[in-house]
Formats: sequence, structure tokens, C-alpha cells
Amino acid sequence: MRFTLKVWRQAGPDAPGAMQSYEVDGITPETSFLEMIDLLNERLIAEGKDPIAFEHDCREGICGMCSMVIDGVPHSPERAVTTCQVHMRSFRDGDEIHVEPFRARAFPVLRDLVVDRGALDRIIEAGGYVSVKTGGTPDANLIPVAHADAERAMDAASCIGCGACVAACPNASAMLFTAAKVAHLAHLPQGQVERAQRVRAMVEQMDAEGFGNCTNHYECMAACPKEIDVEFIALMNRDYLKASLAADDA
Amino acid sequence: MSGLVRVFRSSVGAKALMALTGLGLLGFVVAHMLGNLQIFAGPEKLNAYAATLQHMGPGLWVARAGLLALLLVHVGTAHHLVRANRAARPVPYAGKKDIATTFAARTMWMTGIVVLAFVAYHLAHFTLHVMNPEFSQWQDAAQRHDVYRMVVEGFRVWWVSAIYCVAQFLLGVHISHGASSAFQTLGVRHPRLAFLKHGFGPLVAIVIVLGNLSIPLAVLAGLVGKQGV
Repeated sequence: MRFTLKVWRQAGPDAPGAMQSYEVDGITPETSFLEMIDLLNERLIAEGKDPIAFEHDCREGICGMCSMVIDGVPHSPERAVTTCQVHMRSFRDGDEIHVEPFRARAFPVLRDLVVDRGALDRIIEAGGYVSVKTGGTPDANLIPVAHADAERAMDAASCIGCGACVAACPNASAMLFTAAKVAHLAHLPQGQVERAQRVRAMVEQMDAEGFGNCTNHYECMAACPKEIDVEFIALMNRDYLKASLAADDA
Repeated sequence: MSGLVRVFRSSVGAKALMALTGLGLLGFVVAHMLGNLQIFAGPEKLNAYAATLQHMGPGLWVARAGLLALLLVHVGTAHHLVRANRAARPVPYAGKKDIATTFAARTMWMTGIVVLAFVAYHLAHFTLHVMNPEFSQWQDAAQRHDVYRMVVEGFRVWWVSAIYCVAQFLLGVHISHGASSAFQTLGVRHPRLAFLKHGFGPLVAIVIVLGNLSIPLAVLAGLVGKQGV
């Protein structure tokens, strides 16, 4: 198969960037999208040019490292996949494919398709944890958790933190990510002690990072490779308002 | 107090403020529509209703101040949020594809501005009588302000009715996203209330648009005000 790639090239954080065109040929349908870029990069290196910088790690759809906008949709127009799970059979021979980095003020471009998603880590640091006593390994299932709660917690926990929600949001809001992390722990007994403090700290950090505000377009859920539900945003909104307006407000 | 200000300056708090003021304004729009639909019951009923509102004394001004406060907070918060959202993506995409959003969601600020301008026009037209000072003079047999005649003659001007129709349509578009969005923002989660977050907005928008449009259309069609004036 043969494709024309239009890829965002940017030498560094403060360097100007632009879309550049590349022709790739002889690609087999079972080649993954990232492997196709690997092949192009080998050619660029052989030609003495800079390869296209992009992030990747596990290449099996669970690490959340790959981060590019393909034909206007984070991870590609294919539903519920990460970029690494996209294969060239999803495209037509001769297609022109546009590849851009995730765009948000809170995700500054470092180089080409690589953006700094440290803002998401700082939101987690602000409260996405539970405090537990260390010591001997507790027995499994010592704390009863209702099945429905366990399922919902797991649904939220399936967020891999890739940031596609931010990239897809017309307002570059990180509400789906933050909500998934808040909801994950809010559904479990271990998360109750710090529940109020957690949601306030995480929302405050999210705002401080310069993400936009949710206006309920639900583009995030449509672009999420793990199909995280916007229901969790409703939960976060409720928890935040309750925690902030409650009488025992510290 | 400063704590409260901080809450409503946060992303979640500001959105809650939009939702609460939006629902308050929606309540007014519905009540306003129901009141005006009394035109179909004839001049006596409508003029008596208008006179009741006018004779609420201080209550009238409390209501007006409340509405103005809702409007100011809604518009002010919208301005703050739109600016913040624009700033959150300084470098735009070369080509971004929308997959889930709606026309109504994408145009909230635009329909909002048009509706705001329409509210100003509507107040100048039927409350302050700027364009038609003679409206103030019209009285019915019971010496009440003849609101019925004012509405009928006002809407008989086809382009005035056209402005109202376009504005109502855009108000409907605005409400179709806003009314559902508000419940998501306020954290409604029970599955039995899911309707509020999905069908409610479009449904209430359709009711409001049809209800409000029925008045100028009935006047233009000669169904209202045929014999009276």
C-alpha cells in the first residue's frame, strides 16, 4: 500500500512547526500505524534526515504512551483503540493521512509528535491515591465491595492516562481523565477517607495546569480508547460541589 | 465568603453557576411562555394577567432584579469560561474532526449572544415601547393597558414577527444543549434521571419554540385579533 503522510514537524518546544509531506510505499495491510512510521524513520535516518519523534512503549494498547491525532481524531478515527493498535488495513491505498500532536496549552509540544503530559501526573500526585498502613499483606477480599461498585471502579480504572480526552475536547479540558481517577477511588471503600479532600485537590490541580472547562460535548468519551463514560464527570462534579460546599469545609 | 468565591471560580464551580443560572432563566422562559399563551383566551384574560403582574408592587422589582442578576451571572460566567477555553488550546489543529458533539453544543456562545440581543430588542419593543410609543397609550374598556392589542398590532408587522421567529429558533437551539447539559454539570447520576441529561433539553426546547412561535404565527394567520382591534 502507498500513502501520503502529512506530519507535524517541530524541532523543539520553542521552534516553529509545520506540516510536512512524506510518501511511503510498499506498506503491507497488517503493518501497524507506528510500524509504518518506524519504516519511514529508517528511511529518513538512511537519508541523513531527522526521524519523526513520537511516543510509544508497550504497543499493545495498555500503557497510554502513544499520542497522536490521526485524520483529526486522537488515536485515529477507529473507535476505542490506541494509535499502536491501528493497522494500515483501516486505510485505503493511496490515502492522504494527517498526523498531528495532541494540542493543548497544558500539553506543550516537545518535539514533532511528542508532547509533555506531565500535567496529568501532577493531577494524580495531587490526590489520586489512598493512604494505607504498610505491613503484612492483607487477606484478599477482607473488605467487602459490592459487585456493582467493583465493576464501576474497574471501568474508571481502565483509564490509561493517554490524554486523548484532552486532545479531543474542543476546550482542551481534562475532566474525563480527572473524573476517571476520582471515580475509581470514590467507588471503593479504601477511597472514602480522603474522598472529599481528593476531589478538591485534583480539580484545583487540573485548573492550575491550564486545561479548559467541560461544556458537555462528549467528544472525550467518543475518542477515549478505553471508552471511559462521561457519567464519571457527573460524579466528579457532584463530589466536588459537595466537598467544597459542605459545612465541615476546612 | 472568599472560600465560596474560590469554589465558583473553579472549573467545576463555574460550570455549576452556569447550570443554576441557566435553569433559573429557563424557568422564567417557561413561565413567560405560559403567561403569554393566555392570548389565545382573549383580550380580557391577557390584559387582566398583565395588570396582575404590573400591580405586584415591590414584588415586580424584586423579580426583575432577580432575573437581571441571573442574566448577569450567566453571561459573565460564560464570558470567563469561553476565554479560558480558548486559552486552553493556543495552537489550533490543522484539521480536527468532531465525532460526538452537536451543532447546539458548538454554537452555545453564538446563540447566547443572539438571544441576549433579542432580549434587549424584545424589552425595547413590548416593555419600553421604544419603537412604538403609542403602545403605552392603549387601554382596554376596563382602563387597563391593552396588551392584547399591542401584541396583535406588533406582530402584524411581518418583519417584526420574522425577528421573533428567528430568535425563538436560536433560543431553542441554545436550550436544547443547555437544559440537558445543566443536569450533567450539577452531577445528576441516577439512571432513572438519565432522561434529564439527554432528552430533556431538546424536548423542552421544542415545547418553548412551538409555544412562543404560535403567538406571532397566529397573529399573522389572522387567528388571533381578527375581530377585536
